Amino acid sequence: MIKFLAKGLFRDRSRSLFPVLVITLTVTLVIFSIGFMQGTMNSLLLDTAVILTGHEKVVTRAYSEESQLMPNDLALMDVDQLIEDLEQEYPDFFWTPRITFAGLLDVPDQNGETKAQGPVIAFGIDLFSSESRQVEIWELERLLVSGNLPGNNNDALISSKMADQLNIGIGENVTFIGSTMDNAFTTYNFKVSGTFNLRKGQTDKQMMLVDLSGARLALDMDNAASAIFGFTHSLYYDDETAVALRTKYNRINSDSLDIFSPFMLALRDGNQMGTMVDVSDAMMAIMGGIFLVIVMIVLWNMGLMNGLRRYGEIGLRLAMGESKGQVYRSMISEAIIIGLAGTVVGTGIGIGLTYYVQENGIDYTKGIEALSNSSMVMPNIFYAQVTPDLFYIGFLPGVLATVLGTMLAGLAIYRREMSQLFKELET
Amino acid sequence: MEKDTVIRIKGLLKQFPIGGQFFTALKNVDLDLNEGEFTGLVGPSGSGKTTLLNIIGGLDSPTEGQVSVLGQALNDTSHAERARLRRKHMGFIFQSYNLLPVYTVFENVELPLILNKVDKNERRSMVAQAVESVGLRDKMDSRPNMLSGGECQRTAIARAIVHQPALVLADEPTANLDAENSHHIMKILSNLNKELSTSFIFATHDEKIMAYLRRIIHLGDGEITKDEIIDNPKAHD
Ligand SMILES: Nc1ncnc2c1ncn2[C@@H]1O[C@H](COP(=O)(O)OP(=O)(O)OP(=O)(O)O)[C@@H](O)[C@H]1O
Ligand SMILES: [Mg+2]
Repeated sequence: MIKFLAKGLFRDRSRSLFPVLVITLTVTLVIFSIGFMQGTMNSLLLDTAVILTGHEKVVTRAYSEESQLMPNDLALMDVDQLIEDLEQEYPDFFWTPRITFAGLLDVPDQNGETKAQGPVIAFGIDLFSSESRQVEIWELERLLVSGNLPGNNNDALISSKMADQLNIGIGENVTFIGSTMDNAFTTYNFKVSGTFNLRKGQTDKQMMLVDLSGARLALDMDNAASAIFGFTHSLYYDDETAVALRTKYNRINSDSLDIFSPFMLALRDGNQMGTMVDVSDAMMAIMGGIFLVIVMIVLWNMGLMNGLRRYGEIGLRLAMGESKGQVYRSMISEAIIIGLAGTVVGTGIGIGLTYYVQENGIDYTKGIEALSNSSMVMPNIFYAQVTPDLFYIGFLPGVLATVLGTMLAGLAIYRREMSQLFKELET
Repeated sequence: MEKDTVIRIKGLLKQFPIGGQFFTALKNVDLDLNEGEFTGLVGPSGSGKTTLLNIIGGLDSPTEGQVSVLGQALNDTSHAERARLRRKHMGFIFQSYNLLPVYTVFENVELPLILNKVDKNERRSMVAQAVESVGLRDKMDSRPNMLSGGECQRTAIARAIVHQPALVLADEPTANLDAENSHHIMKILSNLNKELSTSFIFATHDEKIMAYLRRIIHLGDGEITKDEIIDNPKAHD
């Protein structure tokens, strides 16, 4: 009998091929949309993480209290050892030192006289270590407007806005004026190797990027750092994990009586970032939920319709003496097979597509530049994100909804007199 | 029960709920049918022919009264037992053929044998024989949509008799066919009736069918109004 039914299933494309295609398409759509939403939300978070917070950030307790002041006198010491420990304990993340400092930027003319001067916020980032992923996650190559990435300790990238404002050209020297971590007055010469544009509105108006080593020389911060940033290898921020890790780290490593002991902050602990994380989670849940419900209704309906269309065949098989249970079970098995086939294929395609967009992104840089006069803060490249839930989410509409629809349709086998099924078969 | 009684009905009442009320489709029906009969239920539309046939086939259940078919009292049997009875001992022919469109003639006729777990080789020869007896040997591999109405109904007949049932129930089998095909079908059926010891019951108001019947049970308003035995059916082959 199974062979007989399988033959029928194969031949009747409206029962096999067509529903499999519909399910495949729907599941692909569900997975890709959810992956894309997750990726987009994550892109938004990642922008902030890269520039300001990391997924995790280790600072001293005192620094965290006054972080708006960028108090490098409260910086972390013995950073190499700290990073080594972090890498050992928390290998799911990569850890990188960061020096954030502010001061004045002085642009001299040929005679050494001040030509222009302006405030600057500078980031000392590990650009040179071979294992560092900072150039990659900042996407510096893409952000570069002119010139080159730094090649030396004292090379600096300045934002194109600042370059325009202070009228600085590539190859020119600029002098940073500020204070060392010991609160001593300092000046340090950087050479502008290039200009960049974050394409996030005014965020980078006064921004300068230098290598960590240059910042250390300028501020006398040997083996010290304002903070150590941690990022997941996949760059995907999972709030729960991040919060758990931060809590655990602080319990073990942080001493509330020692203001210089290290203290970890998760992305959500930053200014208003908690709200943003919560809002983005809630939005994901609501949008994903609504979408899933709609799609489930569609597929449930398809299962139902496919079942209803077959009352004739069902009535006939019952008349020929097949038991109700057997007919019902064969309908359900068929729905499960069709649902599984569509879902597995759809999940495969959906995840493939999501993965492709995760790795390559969809670049809107041009569009966003065209449409904004650089006051809009939006990610320029949309990434999707493959998360574990994508592997099973498709089964909800693909198998569960279709099978439920079929089950409902099939209940008629039990609820109606057989002669009624015949009436439907005869029309 | 006598050995050769195929159907015995006593005091049958069938009511359908309509709204809060009941519509009486059959009442006071008493009826015995013997092995090998070629009987028709005849009456105007709405007189209860189909309903009675459905009850005999166990597709519908009586409201009151005893119905026993092939020695089994349908009132006391489970759904599964009635299904088994249909599977083994009954065949159905419908006005609209009810062939499964995705299967060939061969496969449609094969279905009752598959349900009865007849093994493959035996199935092949039984199907061949049934298809042969309705004159469709060269259409064995055709799908229903490639057949004429008459050929479809002949396929349905082959399917109804392939497992050599004791009883074949046919509801208006010729209603969709022209005169020539109707006669063809009736000849096939009356031949089968003679060759096998199968009993046939028709529901019909087709004069052409009546000409072949050897017993005519007249129904009117759900009651048997007349029960005629015809010794010499008009149509002879
Ligand atoms: N499921 C049902 N619910 C309510 N009424 C029904 C149902 N089935 C049949 N009836 C009624 O019972 C009566 C007998 O119906 P039945 O189908 O047996 O008639 P019939 O003699 O076969 O008619 P026809 O020659 O038109 O096929 C009709 O009046 C019909 O409306
Ligand atoms: Mg009828």
